[in-house]
Amino acid sequence: MTIQFNEESFRDDYSFYNSERAIKRFPFPFHEDSYMYSVNMEQHRGGPKDSVYEKRFDVDEHYISEMRDRAIVLAEDPLRCQSLPHMTLAGWDLLELIMVSKSEDYPDLFELHRDGNTWRWINKPLGIDDTFTFLDDATLPYGPMEYITRQAQGDFAVLDQRDDNLWMDAGMVTTQADWSLDFDIGMNFFEWHAPVPLAHEKGIFVRALKFLLNIQQGAPARRLNWTMTVNPLLDTSPENYHKWGIQKTTLTPENIGAKQHLRVELQTFFRLPRSNALVFPIRCYLCSFQDLMTVPKWGRRLHRVVRDLPVELATYKGFINNRPMMLDYLKNFDDGLPTSPGIWPDLETEPPLQK
Amino acid sequence: MTKFTFPQSIKSRPIYGTLEARDGSAHLLVADAHGAEAILDVATPEMMAKAHIIYIPKGEHFEDKLRALKPALFYSGPSYSAAEPRLRKALADARMGLQVYLTGTEGLMGQAMNAAMAAGIPHTAIQTEHRGSVARRMQCVHCKGITEDVETDPFVCSHCGLNLFVRDHYSRRLAAYQGVRVDAEDPGNVPEPKGIYE
Repeated sequence: MTIQFNEESFRDDYSFYNSERAIKRFPFPFHEDSYMYSVNMEQHRGGPKDSVYEKRFDVDEHYISEMRDRAIVLAEDPLRCQSLPHMTLAGWDLLELIMVSKSEDYPDLFELHRDGNTWRWINKPLGIDDTFTFLDDATLPYGPMEYITRQAQGDFAVLDQRDDNLWMDAGMVTTQADWSLDFDIGMNFFEWHAPVPLAHEKGIFVRALKFLLNIQQGAPARRLNWTMTVNPLLDTSPENYHKWGIQKTTLTPENIGAKQHLRVELQTFFRLPRSNALVFPIRCYLCSFQDLMTVPKWGRRLHRVVRDLPVELATYKGFINNRPMMLDYLKNFDDGLPTSPGIWPDLETEPPLQK
Repeated sequence: MTKFTFPQSIKSRPIYGTLEARDGSAHLLVADAHGAEAILDVATPEMMAKAHIIYIPKGEHFEDKLRALKPALFYSGPSYSAAEPRLRKALADARMGLQVYLTGTEGLMGQAMNAAMAAGIPHTAIQTEHRGSVARRMQCVHCKGITEDVETDPFVCSHCGLNLFVRDHYSRRLAAYQGVRVDAEDPGNVPEPKGIYE
C-alpha cells in the first residue's frame, strides 16, 4: 500500500482534509449511544486491516503535513519538547521502538539498518537519511526523543515509573487537547489529571494507574479519548489559547458542518526496555461533522452522545456554548433508528438515513 | 486572621499541615510574614539549639520574637530572592537528618520547597504550614511570566498584560498556579475581580 500524502495546513487557511479512505478509518470513539468515562483499555495488538489499530504507529495521509506543523510549533515555542535529565535513556528506548516498528510495519517508507551501535535510519517521506551511534547523544542533531518525535505523528508523553506512580518527566506535545507540558512536567499521574472533572470521584484514575503500572514489554495497550475542536487546528494548546479560543465563536449554522471537528486521541502505552519508563503516544485524528455524517451510524450516534453528555463534561471539553448549535445540526442525521454496537462504520449492514 | 482553611480542591493543589517538632540532626526553618507565628508555636529550646531560621518579614514585626528563641543561626532578609542564595547554601551543606520546615505564604513555601527538592529532599519529607496572606504565585500560561502575590481572580499578568483567571492547577516545579486568559472567547468581557476565595 502506498500512501498519498496530503498537501495541507492545520492553521491559517486550514486546508486540511480527509480522503474517503481516511473518513472510513477514522477512529470514531463511541461504542454505544452514550458516553461516560471508563478505563476503556484494550491490548494494542493490531486490528482490522487498514484500521488505525493495525500498526503499532499508524502513518497516514497527514504525516508530512503534521510533521511540518510540529516544526512550526517548536520554532515558535521550544518548551513544547522537554526532557528532565534522568529521561535521556528513555528517549533512546523510544527512538528504538519507533524506528523498529515503522521499518517493520512500513518497509516501503522507512528503513533501519543496524550494525552494532552504528545505525542508519532512512525516512523516505521526510527525505531523511542519517547514520548515528545508538546511545550516543552527540551523534544526533537533537536529543533522541526530540529527533524521533519530529518524525512521528501524535504527541508523546514519556513517563518515569517510581514510588508506585507514573511521572510526566519528558514529552513532545504540539497537538494537545489544551494541556501544557511545560506546566505539567514533573507531575505524577494524579496531579496532571487533576483538572479532569468527575473521573477522580469515579475511581477512574486509581484503576487506570494500576493497569498502566503493570504494562509489560511487548504487550502495549490502547484506548480512545475525544474532544471537540473548531477548525482543524492541531495546536490547541493553553499556551496559544488566547489566540485560538476566539475561533470557537465563529461557528454558524451554515459553516458548522465544515468547521466543527470531532477530535479523537488514539492513546497507546508501551513499556520501554532499558529505562522501564512508559511511553504514552497520544495520536490526534480530526474529522469534520459533515464528513462524519457520511456514515449513517455515526450520524445517529454522535447526535445522541452530544445531546446526553453531562454538563460538566461538555464544559470541560470546551463546547458547552456551542452545544445547542451542534444539536440543531446533528439532529438532522438522527432518524431514531437503533445503532449497531461497536465503533466501526458498518456501512454494509446499517441502513441509510431514513429522512 | 493568619490561619485559613482552604476549600477542598483538585489533586495538584498543595495541602498544608501544622508544623510539628521532629527529631533531627539540624533544623532549617524558612518563613515569611505571619509564618513567624508558626515557628513561635513549634519552637523548642532543643530544636533552636540546632536551628537555622531564614525569615522574610514582608512588613510584619516578628523579628525580635524570633531572635528571642535563640536559634543557632538567624537571618532576616528583604525578599525571597534575596534570601535564596543563603537557603541554597544551607541546603547544599545539609547533612543526613536535616528537618525542613516551611511556613507563611504559598509562594514562599512553594519556592523554598523547590530549592529543597533541587537539593535532593523529597517533597513528601518537607513540613509546611500556611499562615497569613492567601495570595498566590501565578504563572501566565501564555507568556510564562510569574506574577507574585496575586489576591484577586481575575488579575492582570504583570508581564504581558492579559487578564487571567486563577486556576487551582499547581506545578511544584514552577512553584506556581496556572493563569489562563479569561476573555479569550469574548475579548474585553473581563469579570469584576474579586478575592480568590470569595
